[in-house]
Amino acid sequence: MSAPAGLPPRPAGAAAAVYPGGPGASREAAAPQSGAPRYQNGPVQSRMQFPSGYGSHLPNYSVPSGHYSQVPSKAAASHLDNQYRASYYPTYYSAPAQNVMTPSVGTNVLNTQESQQLYNKTPAHTVGSAEGPIQGAISSASYLRTSAQQSYSAFGNHYSTPVSSSVASQGFPLNSDHYTMPVVSSAMYPNVSYPPVAAGSVYGQAFTSQTLPAVGQFKETNTFSSQSTSVPHSLQQHVPVGYNTTLTTISSAQSIQDNLCRNLTGSVAKVNNQINTDLASGSCVATLTSTFLLTGADASFGSLQDIMCRSRGGIDSSQPVHSVSQSVLFTKPGAGTSASSAVISSVRTPAPSLSSQPQSSPSVTQSSELALQEGMQYGGYVNNQASSAPAPLSSSSDDEEEDEEDEEAAIDSSSTTSSASPVLNNYDALEGGGYPETRSVTSSPVPAPSVPQTSKASKPFGYGYPTLQPGYQNAAPPAPVQPNNPGHHPGFQHYPQQYPGVNQLSSSLGGLSLQHSQQPESLRPVNLTQDRNILPVSSVPAPVPNLNSDLRKLNCSPDSFRCTLTNIPQTQALLNKAKLPLGLLLHPFRDLTQLPVITSSTIVRCRSCRTYINPFVSFIDQRRWKCNLCYRVNDVPEEFMYNPLTRSYGEPHKRPEVQNSTVEFIASSDYMLRPPQPAVYLFVLDVSHNAVEAGYLTIVCQSLLENLDKLPGDSRTRIGFITFDSTVQFYNLQEGLSQPQMLIVSDIDEIFLPTPDSLLVNLHESKELIKDLLNALPNMFTNTRETHSALGPALQAAFKLMSPTGGRISVFQTQLPSLGAGLLHSREDPNQRSSTKVVQHLGPATDFYKKLALDCSGQQTAVDLFLLSSQYSDLASLACMSKYSAGCIYYYPSFHRSHNPAQAEKLQKDLKRYLTRKIGFEAVMRIRCTKGLSIHTFHGNFFVRSTDLLSLANVNPDAGFAVQMSIEESLTDTSLVCFQTALLYTSSKGERRIRVHTLCLPVVSSLADVYAGADVQAVVCLLANMAVDRSVSSSLSDARDALVNAVVDSLAAYMSTASNLQQSMLIAPNSLKLFPLYILALLKQKAFRTGTSTRLDDRVYAMCQMKSQPLVHLMKMIHPNLYRIDKLIDESTIHVNDRVVPQPPLQKLSAEKLTREGAFLMDCGSIFYIWIGKNCSNNFIKDVLGYPNYASVPQKMTQLPEVDALSSERTRSFISWLRDSRPLSPVLQVIKDENPAKTDFFQHLIEDRTEAAFSYYEFLLNIQQQICK
Amino acid sequence: MAFTFAAFCYMLSLVLCAALIFFAIWHIIAFDELRTDFKSPIDQCNPLVLPEYSIHSLFCIMFLCAQEWLTLGLNVPLLFYHFWRYFRCPADSSELAYDPPAVMNADTLSYCQKEAWCKLAFYLLSFFYYLYW
Repeated sequence: MSAPAGLPPRPAGAAAAVYPGGPGASREAAAPQSGAPRYQNGPVQSRMQFPSGYGSHLPNYSVPSGHYSQVPSKAAASHLDNQYRASYYPTYYSAPAQNVMTPSVGTNVLNTQESQQLYNKTPAHTVGSAEGPIQGAISSASYLRTSAQQSYSAFGNHYSTPVSSSVASQGFPLNSDHYTMPVVSSAMYPNVSYPPVAAGSVYGQAFTSQTLPAVGQFKETNTFSSQSTSVPHSLQQHVPVGYNTTLTTISSAQSIQDNLCRNLTGSVAKVNNQINTDLASGSCVATLTSTFLLTGADASFGSLQDIMCRSRGGIDSSQPVHSVSQSVLFTKPGAGTSASSAVISSVRTPAPSLSSQPQSSPSVTQSSELALQEGMQYGGYVNNQASSAPAPLSSSSDDEEEDEEDEEAAIDSSSTTSSASPVLNNYDALEGGGYPETRSVTSSPVPAPSVPQTSKASKPFGYGYPTLQPGYQNAAPPAPVQPNNPGHHPGFQHYPQQYPGVNQLSSSLGGLSLQHSQQPESLRPVNLTQDRNILPVSSVPAPVPNLNSDLRKLNCSPDSFRCTLTNIPQTQALLNKAKLPLGLLLHPFRDLTQLPVITSSTIVRCRSCRTYINPFVSFIDQRRWKCNLCYRVNDVPEEFMYNPLTRSYGEPHKRPEVQNSTVEFIASSDYMLRPPQPAVYLFVLDVSHNAVEAGYLTIVCQSLLENLDKLPGDSRTRIGFITFDSTVQFYNLQEGLSQPQMLIVSDIDEIFLPTPDSLLVNLHESKELIKDLLNALPNMFTNTRETHSALGPALQAAFKLMSPTGGRISVFQTQLPSLGAGLLHSREDPNQRSSTKVVQHLGPATDFYKKLALDCSGQQTAVDLFLLSSQYSDLASLACMSKYSAGCIYYYPSFHRSHNPAQAEKLQKDLKRYLTRKIGFEAVMRIRCTKGLSIHTFHGNFFVRSTDLLSLANVNPDAGFAVQMSIEESLTDTSLVCFQTALLYTSSKGERRIRVHTLCLPVVSSLADVYAGADVQAVVCLLANMAVDRSVSSSLSDARDALVNAVVDSLAAYMSTASNLQQSMLIAPNSLKLFPLYILALLKQKAFRTGTSTRLDDRVYAMCQMKSQPLVHLMKMIHPNLYRIDKLIDESTIHVNDRVVPQPPLQKLSAEKLTREGAFLMDCGSIFYIWIGKNCSNNFIKDVLGYPNYASVPQKMTQLPEVDALSSERTRSFISWLRDSRPLSPVLQVIKDENPAKTDFFQHLIEDRTEAAFSYYEFLLNIQQQICK
Repeated sequence: MAFTFAAFCYMLSLVLCAALIFFAIWHIIAFDELRTDFKSPIDQCNPLVLPEYSIHSLFCIMFLCAQEWLTLGLNVPLLFYHFWRYFRCPADSSELAYDPPAVMNADTLSYCQKEAWCKLAFYLLSFFYYLYW
């Protein structure tokens, strides 16, 4: 126990570190000074060696960034010569289909095999193409290593308590060499007063010697590690003064670890940059400190490693441990029962200690003092709010306490050098049930007046905080603080709220967490009726779950996986009290730029719940891991012990599966019911008079011709065409024919396939024939007089054609199906379009399409519908064919190729994306969640096969899903819940793959915390999905009422929890301040609006989109972004690929923002409107639009000319930047005042009053009224 | 008691009631299998629904004819429930009651399961009622 206990408390003096004869210190720390560089080099070395390791293990682990290089297809039919290029003669049509016999399929089969072989050889190709990713992998690897070490140390601590103490003792002396006194000084008690600022200031100051903000995170650590009864205090120090390490409990060890993991992960370099910009004077300090700390950490870490070696014995100690401590912190778990008093004690000491410090370098002191001043200023600011005097609070008893802390504290801190980032190493802390007494910060505060409580509980220790008042407590509630209040002080410019970018940065930096600040900030009450500017400057960021930094870093990206409540309520009762829906928003097949792909013969999964191993499992020891969903203990298979990334053995927790929450496995044959299917595409085209008139065929054929080579697939790819009017026409494209043959089947009551074998042909073998057909098709039906449409029979035929293989059917339909099975009648009464009462016919008129879809789904076939219609086509019925077969729906109202160029362009762009995007075949998606949670309802396009299993015949990257969850059992015995989606699909290359996303969220027990973690965008999207269901199953007005009630109930529930709020005001927590606005926007959506004339098909289409769009797209649809673009300035620009992209602020969606002098861009997701005011400056019109003045701007303008002017360049770069951020390239529409499309634009100004709907303010008043009722 | 038409009705309904019990058990098992992921909702036991409804309607008609008002009264609520379920279904659906895409919804599933259990209880009780009549 506590071997080095007798260390001199303040080993001031020479840099020669005292290496107490601690366990194993001799091994690592031969010379203190040289130690630092050595460790610093550590990561570099490892980086050097990784590439080779990586290379040699390519087959095992490759990181293709999502792009597959084309598999060379020998099988491509190159021998289709010009001799077949005979033009298409209609006379060759052979009417009686049966007569046409087709050549055998033999060649086809042969080729397929060949190509398959070819394909089998290809896996290595990823290597070549993955240069970038390799780099990434390397760097991550380097951090893996450190993390692993740390985790071992964790184990060590776990096993032998003495170890921990020794660690601490060793770490400190070294540090103290440089800074004589600092411990005390930095041992500031957290001044939570204004959390966001603290978080923001992390950047500015954290890395200077002051480190005020960093404390925040540590706080949480402590809570984690320490018993629930005691509020732990972490002292953050740069130079910890000596102390005795008498701590014996495991908790201390744990806290060490927590500190470890929580340590500033981020790259020092980055931080330094930041510092440079922020505090010019502070920068030198930062660098200095970091180096000092380096040494210190090295020493401490060396000791850690020794410990590991000792305790575990099995660790390969020859691997250098690299850790740089930026700030050594030390934790005092629960020693002081009176947290606040302890806090203050340290205040007094700092100043003197600082001043006594100058020997190292005068500049340091100065700057640190400077920073101190700033800190004080800040403190002052805080105190202004708190209106309490800082100094007088210190007392002698506090000093005593502090001493105790010194003695008891376990110390350590480490963080890796710039490139590396630490990984959570305390698996026990991660895991839910491991430490029953463990509680997260969130759960510690008492529910009701949570703001003050929280702030008290989580006070960051800051350097320059002599004041140390929990100022926020008093200051916060009533005063609505301007959310975007740029820098109260020059030093605090990086206010997280203001610059979400920074916000993200901070979350990525891990150690600099928001969690501390997030809580009060997201709970900060906002008076909705008074606060008019609630929109953030740029897009609304997803809230970051209140997890410790390492977990957060490992967590799944919010783009793929979001939960409506980032703090999961403990019980269903609590959830009910919160009146917010609990659910997940998924975008599982999103295009990812970087995705670890893992090939291994055994995919490690839990034996009982079949969960894939993920970063949130806990390793009990090296041979066993505990499932984080069902808590079963599983064995680690032998193969998993070997890490291909580092070529090391015995480190299962460094495997990529455990380091990434989004991974993709190449599945073995165990995951196949049949051999992976080839990519099969069938196009079913309407060629009736109506269709020809609209002229869509040209666009479709043209797009197909252009993208024929880019269709995802391998050499087995097959393609086919069916056209239909009152009959169904098939096209024989069998290789060897001189030209495509059309086979007409007029018996639509009993449809049959004329030549089953030659209708779906290999794309590469019959490419010439296909091109011929596509060239001829638009002109083949120009003179048709057939007005009927036999869609049903055509679909039946398509199903028959596809059922042996499965694949994708793309249906292009232009009118109401009028013949054969599945015929529909017009159900829309145009007089009812603007009715405020009942909207009927939102459900299908017939089950035909649903049944067909279910059959298709059973045969792994998805039906995608393109409805290009000018009049009512009963989308409600037709959409069923896509809904239940996991297809997608596109709708182009009043489509006409020449009369409606915007729609034509949209079709073109959509098709380009549609044809070339990734596709997954025969997919299933399973969503697992921690025991106690269960899935209630799914939303999206799919067929639900089981309670947690979705059958997706096809999955495309633009498909989103929503899941409603319920809490079946209380989650009291766990502090974290996890959700895992596993998407098993066949890639277009015939590989079976599993994409796994895992999301980890904390559990909270207080209502306030639930509100603090609410993700308003996710909530709104889930509500939209539920409302769609409701309007179909019940009625539209029901759904609208439900939406309004959702706001009313949740705000009422919130206001009742915060009893100190005035009931007369409409108060929302900051996290939900946009809730009413979004709900109002939803009510004014085409899907749910009443009173405004809305065509039934438009309405149904909007509903379909709500169900199937991923969150990002849906939010743009619900609440478009409005920017003013006539005065784009260079300030607040970002640089993307050497382009300057201006970042105009978001404007309210209100006509009051539109000025006649301006030009505005509205980003509605799938369409951009540019609205030009009447008096818009001619310069802008000339430069950006390319016309001399307002009057000459044409009515239908869909492109911006490339004018060589600054404003034009800026506008275009801004628009293209917006476009690049989404897969679908939106259409641009320029709108002038007298333009008929004006209404399209103005309907999106949702804050304004319309004749049928409230303005935003009225809506708020309405809500307030209902709450008060 | 003499072998009246009423007696015949009761005897017949006793036999048929056994069949209904069987159906109910079958439903329970089917929903349980659905829940535990042993089968796809598409294979759900929809074909049994219509026979069940018609058998039950047959009872009621027979009891009506036999002027067994008490027994009829006991059965009428279920009869109306069946009618309600039948006519609430989508327009031209031959699949009664259980809509494959919707049946996996947690609410629907638990409702269906509860319904099956209640029916089982009802049929069992009525079985003994018919038996000891």
